[in-house]
Amino acid sequence: MAVEKLSTRHLLGIKDINRNDIELIFETADNFKDVINRPIKKVPSLRDITIANIFFENSTRTKLSFELAEKRLSADVVNFAASSSSVSKGETLIDTVNNILAMKVDMVVMRHPYAGAGQFLSKHIKAQIVNAGDGAHEHPTQALLDAFSIRQKLGDVAGKKVVIVGDILHSRVAISNILCLQKLGAEVMVCGPTTLIPKYIEGLGVKIEHDLIKALNWCDVANMLRIQLERQDIKYFPSLREYAMMYGLNKQILDNLNKEIIVMHPGPINRGVEITSDVADSKQSIILEQVENGVAIRMAVLYLLASQRD
Amino acid sequence: MQKRTLLDGQKFQITIKRLCHQLIENHIDFSNTVLIGIQPRGSYFADRVQQELSSILKKANIKKGNLDITFFRDDFRRKDGIVSANSNTIDFIIEGKNVILIDDVLWTGRTIRAAMDALLAYGRPAKVELMVLIDRRFSRQLPIEPDYIGQQVDSLNSQQVRVSWKETEGEDKVILISESNK
Repeated sequence: MAVEKLSTRHLLGIKDINRNDIELIFETADNFKDVINRPIKKVPSLRDITIANIFFENSTRTKLSFELAEKRLSADVVNFAASSSSVSKGETLIDTVNNILAMKVDMVVMRHPYAGAGQFLSKHIKAQIVNAGDGAHEHPTQALLDAFSIRQKLGDVAGKKVVIVGDILHSRVAISNILCLQKLGAEVMVCGPTTLIPKYIEGLGVKIEHDLIKALNWCDVANMLRIQLERQDIKYFPSLREYAMMYGLNKQILDNLNKEIIVMHPGPINRGVEITSDVADSKQSIILEQVENGVAIRMAVLYLLASQRD
Repeated sequence: MQKRTLLDGQKFQITIKRLCHQLIENHIDFSNTVLIGIQPRGSYFADRVQQELSSILKKANIKKGNLDITFFRDDFRRKDGIVSANSNTIDFIIEGKNVILIDDVLWTGRTIRAAMDALLAYGRPAKVELMVLIDRRFSRQLPIEPDYIGQQVDSLNSQQVRVSWKETEGEDKVILISESNK
């Protein structure tokens, strides 16, 4: 029996963890996947741990997925949504979190609209922090579950070619995915209109392609991102309709490729924009597997972090 | 470091055979009985028992599974580092079955406590029995006693009992290790 642990106390971003950490998380998630497919989907590992889910930004999937993961591990869970709290009365982030921690909370799962919010908090409070998305910066558990889903479908991530299509500029999923896939030895390409590809992204060692068909013919896996209209303060393209015509994936394009690729989407899907319904529901799509794997990955992350004492 | 052999050679084989005959005495044809080896080292013992039972009973379908107890341990966050988990392979239904839990060494009883919890996640067995190759008696921290025992040993807490198997370590043997400078 190997005794192993993560190299970090918090999961703030993929940037801070190494390949061994990612592989340990995957191996642990394999075990938890087995647990959540049993008649009794629960283990008592975290029964003396309290976790606060603090969401300063809307979320359905991530919040539910974290909450389910916590409950499957028998942790006590408190939920907090900024919209219904004293944040709207002018309380600062540290004050809000310190008040929650005064109620003896061991871990904080936080989503925040500003990049680096998790990092900032980790320097000021004692609890362990899991970043559930900070602005356009990182979304580590999403990247882990995406890579885990690729590994499950294709056997390995190393040597695979993955294209991330869409709004790279506003996407924390894209950054975390690029870092995670590269650490596991995959080749990454980003594809989208020039306005939505950040300047200097080639500094991360990714290929850039503006032609969707060329990108799809190159890849083994296509990760289709949503256009984040809520983060776009100016117009980046003439209309959604034009975007859908240039960068939307439909069944016809998929069937005319020179090979069978896997289609992923981190959700929420805007059907008919980045991906059409018949593609989202096709057998090449692993969107629902991603959601299932999300619970197992989050259980693994929480379990491994909780096992580290101060 | 001193090593003392507790069990090896022919005596090892006779002990396994004797345990199997004791099992047959209580479970006859194993129609409603399953073997569950506790991961990782109990599963080697369970494999051996399954082979031996099949050859004695001339029956190939004795059910055997492996149970991992990592997530049910009671020393989580009390010990440094975590022990990585092993796989669970139980491809049959436990509900209503007689279950023989199998482990190589019984010491404090905490592993067995965790194993019983883990087992119940798969259903409600009719009966659970415990078989161990080595019982380190007088060292229990919980009220747990085995139903089938290969050999009992008296040992100090500082000593270690190590079971090796032909399949994995090349030899069937049980040794007691003591740190001589303690």
